[in-house]
Amino acid sequence: MKRTPLLTGFLLVLAILSVSCSSRTASQNSPQSSVYIENKGSDTIVNLALAWAEHYQSVHPDVRISVTGGGSGTGIASLINGTVDLANASRQIKSEEIEEAQSKGINPVEHIIARDAIAVIVNPQNPVTQLTLEQISDIYSGKISNWKEVGGEDRPIVRLSRETNSGTHVYFLETVLRLSEDDNKTLFSRDTLLLPSSEGIISEVRHNPNTIGYDGLGYVPHDLRVIAIAETEGKPYILPMISTVNDKSYPIARDLYMYTVGEPTGAIKDYLDWILSSEAQDIVVELGFVPILLYQP
Amino acid sequence: MSLNWALSLSYSINPDYTYMKSELTWQEFIITRAIKASGYSAIVFVALIFFFLLREGLPTLGEVSFSNLVSTRWYPIEDYFGIVPLITGSLIVTIGAALVAIPFGIGTAIYIAEIAPRWMREILKPLVELLGGLPSVVLGFLGILVFSPWLRVFLDLPTGLTALTGSLLLGGIAVPTVVSVAEDALDTVPRSYREGAWALGATKWQTIWRVTLPAARSGVLTGVMLGVGRAIGETMAVMMVTGNAPVLALSLGSLFSPVRTMTATIAAEMGEVASGSVHYHTLFFIGLVLFLISLAVNVAASAVVFRSKKRAERILS
Repeated sequence: MKRTPLLTGFLLVLAILSVSCSSRTASQNSPQSSVYIENKGSDTIVNLALAWAEHYQSVHPDVRISVTGGGSGTGIASLINGTVDLANASRQIKSEEIEEAQSKGINPVEHIIARDAIAVIVNPQNPVTQLTLEQISDIYSGKISNWKEVGGEDRPIVRLSRETNSGTHVYFLETVLRLSEDDNKTLFSRDTLLLPSSEGIISEVRHNPNTIGYDGLGYVPHDLRVIAIAETEGKPYILPMISTVNDKSYPIARDLYMYTVGEPTGAIKDYLDWILSSEAQDIVVELGFVPILLYQP
Repeated sequence: MSLNWALSLSYSINPDYTYMKSELTWQEFIITRAIKASGYSAIVFVALIFFFLLREGLPTLGEVSFSNLVSTRWYPIEDYFGIVPLITGSLIVTIGAALVAIPFGIGTAIYIAEIAPRWMREILKPLVELLGGLPSVVLGFLGILVFSPWLRVFLDLPTGLTALTGSLLLGGIAVPTVVSVAEDALDTVPRSYREGAWALGATKWQTIWRVTLPAARSGVLTGVMLGVGRAIGETMAVMMVTGNAPVLALSLGSLFSPVRTMTATIAAEMGEVASGSVHYHTLFFIGLVLFLISLAVNVAASAVVFRSKKRAERILS
C-alpha cells in the first residue's frame, strides 16, 4: 500500500510523456491543415533562419518550418536530393552543383536574403583609422607586429580572433588572411588570442590600446573605432555601413542566400516574400547581419 | 518472503555476520548494500570514464601522424594537431597557480590553526569556505573585467590576457581547498606535541615549523594535491583570462604571454566538432592526456604520503 503514491506518480509521468509525444508527432506529420517547410544549410545563417521561422510561425500558425544547420554544402546537396524545400547558403551555388541539379531535372533558384559584413575594430586611443586588406592580412599572419609599421604609435600589436569553430573565423581566414586566393595557405599567427565570444573581443579592444579585432558588423558597439578598409593600395578606404555593404564597395562582406527548387510557389513564396519585408529584415539587424535594402524607396 | 531469502543469501556470503542475525533488520540490509554499492560505483565510474576516453581518444594515434601530434602548431580546422603547446600551456598555468596557492594556502592554514585567537578563527574559517564556494565563472568575470586590465597596465604587458592572470585566478580558486584541508590536518595534531616542544624551550615559530607542520604533513600534502588538482582541471575561468593562443610555453617567462590550456581547448571546441571526426578523437586524446597527468599527480602525492607515514612509524616504534 505504501507504494501507491509513487506508482501513481510514475504512471502519471508516463501518461503525460506519451500524450506529449503523440501530439508532437501528430502535428508534425499530418498535412491536413498545416504546410510544412524544411529548411537546411549554412551554420552561419542557422540562427537567423531559426529566428525568422519562430517569428513567422507565431504569425502564421498553419505553417510549420523546421530549421537545421550542417553547412552550405549539406543544404544544397539536400535541395538537389529533394529532401528540403529551402537551402541556406553563405556562398553562391557552385557550377558543379548546378550541373548535378540539372541532371536530376532540378533548377535551383537563388534568393539573396541578407548580407554579412565583418568590421575590423581597434581601441579609440589608437590613431590608426584605415588599413588595406593586405596590411590586415600581414598583421594577422604575424608579418607586421608593431603599430608604427602601419602609421600608428610604437606599440606591439595584440591580435584578437574568434575561436576556430566560429563561421566568422573561417570567413575572415579565407577573405582577409588569404585574400580570397585559393592556393594561399597563410595561417593566423600563433600568438593570436582566440576568444570564445564576441563580448570577450569587444571588452579587450575597449580596454587595451594595443589590440586589433574583428566581428560581425552588427555586434560592434559605437565606442570602438571601426577601421576603413581599402581592397588594395590606391583604392578608396571604405567604412562598413549598410549602404557600403549593399553597394559592394566594402571588401569584407558577402551575401547570404536561400535556394529553392524552381521559382517558389505557395507557402514557400509567401515565406520568402516575408523574409524580404522590413519586419524580417529588422531581425537581420538584431542578429548582427546587414539587411538588404529592397524594402527601402 | 523474498526478503528473507535475500537475507539468508547475504548471510551465506558473509558468514561473519550470522551471529548478529537477530539484530540485522531489513533496513540495515538495504543501507549496508547501498553504502557498499556507492563505494564500488566510484571505482566503476572511474574505470568506465577511462575506457570511454581510451575508446574515443586512441583512434587519434592512427589518424594523426605522430610528427603532427607532437608538433607545435594547433590549428584543427586545417588539420594541424600539435598538442605540445596545449600541454605546456596547462602545465605553466598550473605551476603558476601552485606557486600562488601553496604558500598562501599553508600560511593561511597555519595562521587559522595555530596563531589566530579564537574569535578571529571563527570569522576566518567560514569566510575561507565561502570563498571556496564561489563559482569560478564569477571569478573569471572579475579576471577579465578588473584583473587583466590592471595587470596589463601594472606590468606594462602587451595584453592582460596571459598565463599569469590565469595562474593568479586559479591560485585564488585553489587557496580555499588547500586552507580547508591543511587547517583540519593541523588541528588534529595532538596538543601534547606542541607542549613537548614548548617544554624544550622552542619558540612558537620553531614549534610550528619543526613540530606541528611535519606532524600534519600528510594532511597538508593532501590539501595541496586537491588544490593543484582543482587548478589543472579548472576550465571556465582559465578560458576567459588566458587568451587561448596556442603558443609553446617553455620557460617561466611564458607566464607573461597568452597560453591555451588543454581544458580550455576541449571546452571551446567540443561543442562544434563533428562526432567521430579526427578533430573529435583528438579532443578526447587531449582528455586522456589530462586524465593521465592528474593520475600521475595523485599517485606521486600518495606515494610521498605513504613513504613519510612509514618513516614516521619507524621513528615512533
